[in-house]
Amino acid sequence: MPEHPWRTVIALLIGAVAFGITPLALAHLWALYFSPKKPGPEKNAIYECGLESKGDAWIQFDPAYYLYAIIFLIFDVEAIFLLPFAVAFTGLSMGAAIAMLVFLLLLVEGLIWAWQKGLLTWA
Amino acid sequence: MNGSMTVLRILPEIIFTLTGVAIMLIDPVMPKQASRKPLGWLAAFGALAALIASLYQYSLPVGTAYFGVVQTDAFSVFFHVLISGIILVSALVVLDAVHPDTESLGELFALMSFGAVGMLLMTSGVELLLVFIGLEISSISTYILAGFRRKTAKSPESALKYFLLGSFATAFFLYGIALTYGATGTTRITDIAAGLATSHALPIAVVGLAFIVIGLAFKVSAAPFHLWTPDVYEGAPSPIVGLMSTAPKAAAFAVLLRIAYEAFPQLQNHWMPLLWILAAVSMTIGNLGALRQKNVKRMLAYSSIAHAGYLLVAFTVLSTDGVAAASFYAVAYAVMNVGIFAVISHAGGYEDRLTLIEDYKGLAYRSPLLGGVMAFFLLSLIGIPFTGGFFGKFYVFAAAIHSGMIWLAIIGLLNSGIAVFYYLRVLTATYTKPMDSSPVLNVPRVSAPLCLAMALTVAVTLVLGIIPGRVLSMARHAAETFPVFSTQQTPVPGTASAVMAAINTKAR
Repeated sequence: MPEHPWRTVIALLIGAVAFGITPLALAHLWALYFSPKKPGPEKNAIYECGLESKGDAWIQFDPAYYLYAIIFLIFDVEAIFLLPFAVAFTGLSMGAAIAMLVFLLLLVEGLIWAWQKGLLTWA
Repeated sequence: MNGSMTVLRILPEIIFTLTGVAIMLIDPVMPKQASRKPLGWLAAFGALAALIASLYQYSLPVGTAYFGVVQTDAFSVFFHVLISGIILVSALVVLDAVHPDTESLGELFALMSFGAVGMLLMTSGVELLLVFIGLEISSISTYILAGFRRKTAKSPESALKYFLLGSFATAFFLYGIALTYGATGTTRITDIAAGLATSHALPIAVVGLAFIVIGLAFKVSAAPFHLWTPDVYEGAPSPIVGLMSTAPKAAAFAVLLRIAYEAFPQLQNHWMPLLWILAAVSMTIGNLGALRQKNVKRMLAYSSIAHAGYLLVAFTVLSTDGVAAASFYAVAYAVMNVGIFAVISHAGGYEDRLTLIEDYKGLAYRSPLLGGVMAFFLLSLIGIPFTGGFFGKFYVFAAAIHSGMIWLAIIGLLNSGIAVFYYLRVLTATYTKPMDSSPVLNVPRVSAPLCLAMALTVAVTLVLGIIPGRVLSMARHAAETFPVFSTQQTPVPGTASAVMAAINTKAR
């Protein structure tokens, strides 16, 4: 039977996984035997790493944050489009430069609109 | 091709973009208290300019531009004219219905213009990715427009429902494109047919096509993808419903026609039965659903589902006649729907004062003009001769019978009969003399933009109903863009499912 080219890879994969899991499993068994779980208020308390939390983490916050995030995102994405354009700049035609200019101007138009509408002013 | 020609191929899109940008730049610098109605006029003039530009595009030779992603041909220009016209009339209707101090009115007009850009790109795009971008532009604009009455509970609810379900459907569409690319190695609509012929992964192409159909069926609100329609139409401002029940649908139908007839003609044994089912189910569910509605806008939403069904009947015809009938029906339906929503937006106002059918009692007595126009469009929706609705239905069913779709035509005609009932309910309410004890129906004075909008829609509906020849020949010319293919097709081996084949033979 000819040896399948993947056989070595699969054998190595199993070996690697076993190599990782075996010590962990042994440690777990060790812990189960020698230190059984006995949780209590004293044991669960935050130990030397911060204060007791107050209230719920799910609170309402000002939607103005969203507007900032959205405007930030627009200009962040713009940078992604600008980067390949800048890399290939020397090989591009005039039309491509104009197209990019139109794209930037449309974004600027959005920024002007948001600015004039007072979205950048923290209320 | 020289540079100026390239720009001319997307001239209406450019005009709409510039209009939208201009509105967004002027709006914030205007004084806070100033009326935003001039911006509406700007939008209307932009739409008029785009309409003229679209008509001008008829003189361009057929060809593509921008690396072959947009194509101007008789088909795309036909829908350009239609969509630009809808935006023009809708801008006039909005101008009439809103108060000058309505919140963010400038953005409303800007979004209408931007949405139009997306719809136009959908009809002229021959590259599926561009079509997808167009679909997104038009959908996102309409999601926002649906939620424009922010202070009410229903409007944001409708926008949210529309957004969640709509983005789900768009994801289907995009996945369909991806699968099609996987099967054929191209996303250009005109190259897919050639790619299919040599494809080794036809089942994947079939799944891709099915996903594309699902995405578009949602956009045209064909049953069983229609559930969003009544809720969204009920919550959205009436003048906006007039727009979003027609223009994006016309664009989506154009895309569906192009994809079905130009990209997947070989798979017609697969998509034809699918569309057959969609058409039959849409007509039936739409009309039966409309029967039970008390709310006029919900009723019209179900009626639009039914009309999407009638239009899909024309898709199954598989000939130039079918495409021409579908295009003609799209025009007839769009005009009468925009027209009836012009009346509803005026009588009910932007704030939706009149919601139930009973609320329209005595409209014809308060304002004979409004009542008359309402009655006219209701008759057109029923399909009474001398209106556009009649010839639309006539061509669709004639084409269906001609190609042997007897059963589908019978289902359609039965449904037209059911439809008479609920349209007549509104009609009788309009012409019922209100009781002395009932509160006086307060209808604002008819303004100039509304007169213009009603005159335009009534005139076009009459032209379509009395002398349809010219529009029909334009639709026929548009249909000839697609290669005509015979109805006798050899089924693709290995992929045809037994159910589909059974329905197919039944349908023939």
